[in-house]
Amino acid sequence: MNKQVIGYALLIVLGLLAPFFVYPVFLMKALCFALFACAFNLLIGYTGLLSFGHAAFLGGGGYMAGQAIKMWGFPTELGLLMGMFSGAVLGFVIGSLAIRRQGIYFAMITLALSQMLYFFCLQAKFTGGEDGLQAVPRGTLLGSISLADDLTLYYVVFAIFIAGFWMIHRTIHSPFGQVLKAIRENEPRAISLGYDVDRYKLLAFVISTALAGLAGATKTVMLGFETLTDVHWHMSGEVVLMTLLGGMGTVLGPVVGAFTVKALEDKLGDFGDLLAVTTGIEWFKTIGESVTIVTGLIFVVCVLAFRRGIVGELAALLKNKPH
Amino acid sequence: MEIFGVPLQAMLGQLLLGLVNGSFYAMLSLGLAVIFGLLNIINFSHGALYMMGAYGAYIGLTTFEMNYWVALVVAPLVVGAFGMVIERAMLQWLYKLDHLYGLLLTFGLTLMLEGLFRSFFGVSGQPYPVPDALRGATDVGFMVLPNYRAWVVLASLIVCFATWFVIERTKLGAYLRAATENPKLVQAFGINVPLMVMLTFGFGVALAAFAGVLAAPIIQVNPLMGSNLIIVVFAVVVIGGMGSIMGAILTGLGLGLIEGLTKVFYPEASSTVVFVIMIIVLLVRPAGLFGKEK
Repeated sequence: MNKQVIGYALLIVLGLLAPFFVYPVFLMKALCFALFACAFNLLIGYTGLLSFGHAAFLGGGGYMAGQAIKMWGFPTELGLLMGMFSGAVLGFVIGSLAIRRQGIYFAMITLALSQMLYFFCLQAKFTGGEDGLQAVPRGTLLGSISLADDLTLYYVVFAIFIAGFWMIHRTIHSPFGQVLKAIRENEPRAISLGYDVDRYKLLAFVISTALAGLAGATKTVMLGFETLTDVHWHMSGEVVLMTLLGGMGTVLGPVVGAFTVKALEDKLGDFGDLLAVTTGIEWFKTIGESVTIVTGLIFVVCVLAFRRGIVGELAALLKNKPH
Repeated sequence: MEIFGVPLQAMLGQLLLGLVNGSFYAMLSLGLAVIFGLLNIINFSHGALYMMGAYGAYIGLTTFEMNYWVALVVAPLVVGAFGMVIERAMLQWLYKLDHLYGLLLTFGLTLMLEGLFRSFFGVSGQPYPVPDALRGATDVGFMVLPNYRAWVVLASLIVCFATWFVIERTKLGAYLRAATENPKLVQAFGINVPLMVMLTFGFGVALAAFAGVLAAPIIQVNPLMGSNLIIVVFAVVVIGGMGSIMGAILTGLGLGLIEGLTKVFYPEASSTVVFVIMIIVLLVRPAGLFGKEK
């Protein structure tokens, strides 16, 4: 137990020092996605629900926060709460519908409903359609601390991430979390033990989507805009990839996955140039523009040979268990 | 003549367009259902393979001067063979795992295929000419019927019902249905189930590619044409349920028609109407129109 506390303390110190060594905007972006992936992992890793429409909550939260801060003049912290709240409401609506079916159908329903939200955002006035919602001010925290400075904002984003992460950690290790795991392992048995499985699933879904909404809202405040990319199904796939690559059902996996995927997207162009120089194949130069080829490849490799993900494999190594 | 203030001509025109879309939904959801029945895998890459079919026709025309009718046979065969390679190389390792891994793997394949085609052909659409024999339109009295669109509906109906006939009414289909119920037992009777699984996947994929070739002259051939379609097809599958072949065909055609009607009366909702129907079906009959509650 003590080891765990020391580990987390070290990670927090690392997080506090990181912006002095790495570009803060990259870190903030990665932290938003890490929170998003952790929220997603609560469903896939601990409840056994594959939501293939989580972009709806990231984007929904982002758009609502942007709208609240820009058009309704909400202070930043209320705007963030607004994003979280919209994530929860959307999650309640979509979740209530999706839990009516199981397994593969659950995934297809969440995907279809998030696509519906995508079409809505494409046509609605306030989202700005293809142009996106632009020029969202960062504002001030509690009316006094200006967030215009990247470093200040970084610590706010870091605090939000820690709060979200802690909430998920608490959920997983609570009696409620144990019931979720029981549902994941054997749903009929959980039902026969007298648990109202649907209510548990829905609550887990809403917690997850509220945090996804918060992640989206934080991202909007940080970048100052929100676009259709965040509600597109590619984004739903990306969060699956982050979680799968980092390790489904591990607490830290999604964080590792999010940082890896974001770093990869950032550096892929350079890597492609390097490949083009070393192999002499010109085509590699274009790979920076077709990130999806590489993400798709990682997906395939993960599913075929690397299902435990980075953190899962490391944990297995530490336990000294061969495959 | 007008119905609710809409000229009959416009209405019939939109209904035909809806029927054309419905034909694509029917062919794709049929393929998904057949594959899911035997492989227990939801093939996300179905849309990408449909796109490959269309590109097959396009590449055939521009590089090999292959005409439409040859492409209609060759492209599905080539893409079907590609599907079988995928099944042998990747999918066969996933059958014992959770269904979700099949979805994730095929999702990854979709990203790769789309990315590759985008990197080689660009995002803009490529035009594909309507074959000479099907140019123009026929006046059938109450409306002017564009020949090519009529052909699409006819061809897809023939293919769909032929598939239904083979699966429900022939000995080969009986083996297939038996293997869907209990593959181990069928294998014990001396039938090569892995071969059957491979051919079934190949067939489902070829069906998607066939739909892609049919679509090529109607829509601009582009790398993203499949993924936008596949999500709607997923909704179609949720509405119809994957248990029944005929159910998949009828749901696909019906939803296409409803979409066409929506375009006449409330165009803003035409892109979402299928999803709205999915919500209603989930509320009223969660197992789907033709599905069985497990």
